[in-house]
Amino acid sequence: MAQTSLQKRHSDLAQSNKQLEILSGGIFANGELETFKSKISKTNQFPLKAKKLEILQINVGYMCNQVCEHCHVDAGPDRKEIMTKETMLQCIEVIKNTGAHTLDLTGGAPEMNPLFRWFVEEASKAGIKDFIVRSNLTIIRANKKYYDLPDFFKKHNVHVVSSMPHWTKGKTDKQRGNGVFDKSIKALQELNARGYGMPDSDLRLDLVYNPSGAFLPGDQVAMEKDFKKALKEDFNIQFHNLFAITNLPIARFLDYLIASENYEDYMYALVDAYNPAAVENVMCTNTLSISWDGYLFDCDFNQMLELPVNSKAKHISQYNEELLEGRNIVISQHCYGCTAGAGSSCQGTVA
Amino acid sequence: MSNYYDDKDLRKFGKISDWNETLGTKFFDYYSEVFKEGKLTAREKSLIALAVAHTEQCPYCIDAYTKDGLQRGITKEEMMEALHVGAAIKSGATLVHGVQMMNKVNKLDL
Repeated sequence: MAQTSLQKRHSDLAQSNKQLEILSGGIFANGELETFKSKISKTNQFPLKAKKLEILQINVGYMCNQVCEHCHVDAGPDRKEIMTKETMLQCIEVIKNTGAHTLDLTGGAPEMNPLFRWFVEEASKAGIKDFIVRSNLTIIRANKKYYDLPDFFKKHNVHVVSSMPHWTKGKTDKQRGNGVFDKSIKALQELNARGYGMPDSDLRLDLVYNPSGAFLPGDQVAMEKDFKKALKEDFNIQFHNLFAITNLPIARFLDYLIASENYEDYMYALVDAYNPAAVENVMCTNTLSISWDGYLFDCDFNQMLELPVNSKAKHISQYNEELLEGRNIVISQHCYGCTAGAGSSCQGTVA
Repeated sequence: MSNYYDDKDLRKFGKISDWNETLGTKFFDYYSEVFKEGKLTAREKSLIALAVAHTEQCPYCIDAYTKDGLQRGITKEEMMEALHVGAAIKSGATLVHGVQMMNKVNKLDL
């Protein structure tokens, strides 16, 4: 279990250019595996182009109360990157005028941004159809000042999307840290008590499943069935949907893959499971990711790899939806993570 | 040949069809049909496969169905329990032949 971020450890892999070097070198440089560009070119899917914007994802900071082993953000308590009020105000202007139907707040733990509540209150006034907050659950039980978050979410009709790698304590704590499972269970019960996740409730509660190791997620529908059965039987917990998300070889997960000598096998597994149908609906084609300092990216992964959008509008201050539509998506070998099997996105499978 | 078992060879399994496409295709079609959700769940079938992989002592199958189990959210405790079923049948199959030994002894011995 990681104790600090790669950045704090001064690891080489804290630098995005080092990560990109690895992703383009070795088995991809010597031709053993085909590059993502070459792969999608064969099915005439290169260049990938942005369609109409549907999801605006805003990363309000990399600070987190957890230091998860697989985190592609390299988030943790030692990360200081936090969105300022000035950038939030610029985001709110965009939220008011966007054609996107979904607003998706993420982090780190977004709740740890001191302006989080103010931002949610202001953003909710824009009346976006689906307003998601990605909550790691334990934050709700981390400190008394967060205990009322379930009520706050309910008040603003926030759609809560929470991470839960397994329905057993052992596998959950191994990936996310000791004590995470018990706190997550308590937080889910708190959310259920407010009506979140109940069968006929409009208060949406979805769970995100990431594999706890160097393997791909199983079938999303089957996993959801197993999660629902186990959480109901063991803890009387209910939720709406499970999103099975593939871990991408970025930041701490890349570090783990290399340290555990699983990197090559994992990349083989991703490439072997390549599915052109998933490319068709890959999330970067309908999503825009905004970083804590207001820069624009095709997805949260490209944000972490510091691969900015291929557009004249590169910052929230230059935001222009028409200009951004039709842009060429920036790709590298990490993109295989979103096109393996049934595909993967922040909303789960795509094919 | 320096190694009889190379884990990289598992990825080449599909190539057996190169030298006999008709039978290879039939086998892989059959194989994928067997593992589909039926009266038994795909999860249950994965655990059966894992146990048989061990009793057959097939390193490729062990790698494949350990990974398959993890992907399905099967815990290591469930995997080990499945293995013991295989091991129990294996040892049972050995020991039940003890009856034949006993029969023979009883017939031959004074």
